[in-house]
Amino acid sequence: MTRNTRNPLRDDLQIIASLIEKRSRVLDIGCGDGTLLQHLQRHHNVDARGMELSHSGVQSCVRKGLSVIQGDADTDLGDYPRQAFDYAILGQTLQATRQPLNVLKEILRIAHFGIISFPNFAYWRTRLHLLLSGTMPQNPYLPHLWHETPNIHLCSIKDFTQLCRAHDIEIIRALTPHNRTPSNWRDPLAIFMIKQRA
Amino acid sequence: MTHPLRSSSDSLSPVFHSTTPLALDCGAELPHFHIAYQTWGQLNKHRSNAILVCHALTGDQFATGKHPLSQKDGWWHHVVGPDKPIDTNKYFVICSNVLGGCMGTTGPQAPRHDKKDTRPWGSDFPVLTIRDMVRAQKRLIDHLTIDQLFCVIGGSMGGMQVLQWATTYPEHVFAAVAIATSTRHTTQNISFHEIGRQAIMADANWHNGHYYDQSRKPDRGLAVARMVAHITYLSEQALHQKFGRNLQNRHNLSYGFDADFQVESYLRYQGAQFVDRFDANTYLYITRAMDYFDLAGEHGGTLAKAFQKTRTRFYVVSFSSDWLFPTSESRLIVKALNAAAVPVSFTEVTSDKGHDAFLLNEPRFHELLHGFLEGAAHHHPSP
Repeated sequence: MTRNTRNPLRDDLQIIASLIEKRSRVLDIGCGDGTLLQHLQRHHNVDARGMELSHSGVQSCVRKGLSVIQGDADTDLGDYPRQAFDYAILGQTLQATRQPLNVLKEILRIAHFGIISFPNFAYWRTRLHLLLSGTMPQNPYLPHLWHETPNIHLCSIKDFTQLCRAHDIEIIRALTPHNRTPSNWRDPLAIFMIKQRA
Repeated sequence: MTHPLRSSSDSLSPVFHSTTPLALDCGAELPHFHIAYQTWGQLNKHRSNAILVCHALTGDQFATGKHPLSQKDGWWHHVVGPDKPIDTNKYFVICSNVLGGCMGTTGPQAPRHDKKDTRPWGSDFPVLTIRDMVRAQKRLIDHLTIDQLFCVIGGSMGGMQVLQWATTYPEHVFAAVAIATSTRHTTQNISFHEIGRQAIMADANWHNGHYYDQSRKPDRGLAVARMVAHITYLSEQALHQKFGRNLQNRHNLSYGFDADFQVESYLRYQGAQFVDRFDANTYLYITRAMDYFDLAGEHGGTLAKAFQKTRTRFYVVSFSSDWLFPTSESRLIVKALNAAAVPVSFTEVTSDKGHDAFLLNEPRFHELLHGFLEGAAHHHPSP
C-alpha cells in the first residue's frame, strides 16, 4: 500500500491538496513517505496524521516529524474515534483493500469528508488493451503484472458511483488530475470527495 | 563481589538529596530521599535539550559507559552515546535509579528516617507505585533546573514511567518514546511477577525482608525469580535457536537433576549473576509497582482521559516477537492517544528477540528512534 510519491506533488495529490481547507485535521491513509502530509502541513497548516503499512514509509514519515501509525486500512481505522478528522484521504489505495466498502464506511465514520482516488478500470485504453491483447492491462496507474499486483478490487468510475448511491454516500466533488469532471471512458484516474448522507 | 547494597554516601553516582517530604500513593510519606543519577552530554543555554532515560525493572542509572560494579557496558550502550541514536553530542541525557532501587536511590535497604532508628527499612519500606517513582524523578529534574524535558524515553517499566510523565506532567514533556510497554500490567504479567516474589519470600534467608544484618541473603529465591523472568524476556524462537535441546558439557543425559541442558546452565548462570548486583527486597517492591500500574484506573477507567491534557509528541514502539508486552498492548496506547487527539506515531519492529529486543542491537529500531528524535527536534520551538 506504499504510494510512490515524488517532489513536486504528483498531479492527483495536487488536486487532493486543493480540496483541503487550511488548519483542518487530516488523516492520510497509505501515506507512503509522507510527501502529501508534509505538503499539507507546510502549506495548509493542517494537523497532519498518517497511516502506512510499510516499515520504510513509516520510517521516512517519522524522520520528517510527521505523526504516522504503522497500520492497515482494512483493520486499523477502528482505532480512531468518530469524526476525529475533517478529511481522510485514501490515495490510490481503495483497490488494494480487502473490503473496500467497509473501508469507505470507516473513513466516513472517522472523518467528515473522504477523499478517494483510484485508477479507473473502464478507461478506454485499459478496455482496448484487454480487448486487443487479451492480457491484463498495464499503464502508469496500473503498473503491476497481474500476478504481483496488490490491486485486488479494481473498479470503474461507474462502479464507484453506483456503490456510493447504494450506500447513502454523497459525492461532493468528482475530479480528474487535470481538474475536469471525470468520464468513465476518457479518464485513467478519478478523485472523489464524499460524505455520509445525514 | 561485594553485595550491591549502597547507601547514599557511596560515590558511584552523583546523588540528589530531596529534603521535602514526598507523599506516596499508598498514603505514607517519605520525609526525605536520595536519587542517584548519571548524566551525559551538555545542557544547552536554553536548557531545552534534556532527555530523561527511564530504566526497566532490573536496570539502573548506568545506561551507558562501563558499569562501575560489573565492569560491563551499560544496559543501553547501543543507544546512548556520542553519534548513537540518542546522541550525547547533541542532547543532555539523564538517567536516574528509580525510587525503591538498590543503586544509591532510597529503597528498602536505606536507613529509616528516624534518627534513633538507623536500621534499614527492609519490608517496612512503603509500597511504591510508578507514579511515586516519577514524582521523585520530577524533583531531580527540578533540581537540575530543567523546566521542560525535550524527551522522556524508556522501555518496559521505563515505558510505564514515560506514560506516567506524559500524563502527570504533560507540560514538562515535549516528546515521549514508549517502547515495549503497556498502560497496565496484564494478568499474565502479574502472574509471572508473583512467582518471582513467592520464590524470594520462600527463601529462608529472606527473614520477612529484614536480612540486611544477616550473613546470608535470599540469593536462591532472587535467582529463581530472575530465571523465571528471564524466560519471559525472550521469544520461544530465540531461546530455541540459542540452546535447542543441546546438552551442557556432556554427551549423554545424567539421569539426575544436574544442568544437563545448556538452557538450564544458562538460566542458573543468569540467576547467579543477578544476585551479585540486585537486592531481593527491591525486586519485590519494583515488581509490585509494575503490577499496580494502571493508567486507565487512575482516570476513572477510561484510558483516553489520561491523555486529555497531553500535547506531547508520542512515539510508541513494539517488537513483533515480544509476548510479555505484545503489540496489542502498544496499540491500546495508540488508540487512547488517538482518541485524545495526541500526535502519535507507532511502529511494530520485526524482531525475533522477544521483549529484550529493546535492549539489544536492533539497527532498525535504532534508526527509527534516531529519526523520531530528529523529526521532533525539527518541530521544537526552541533551538
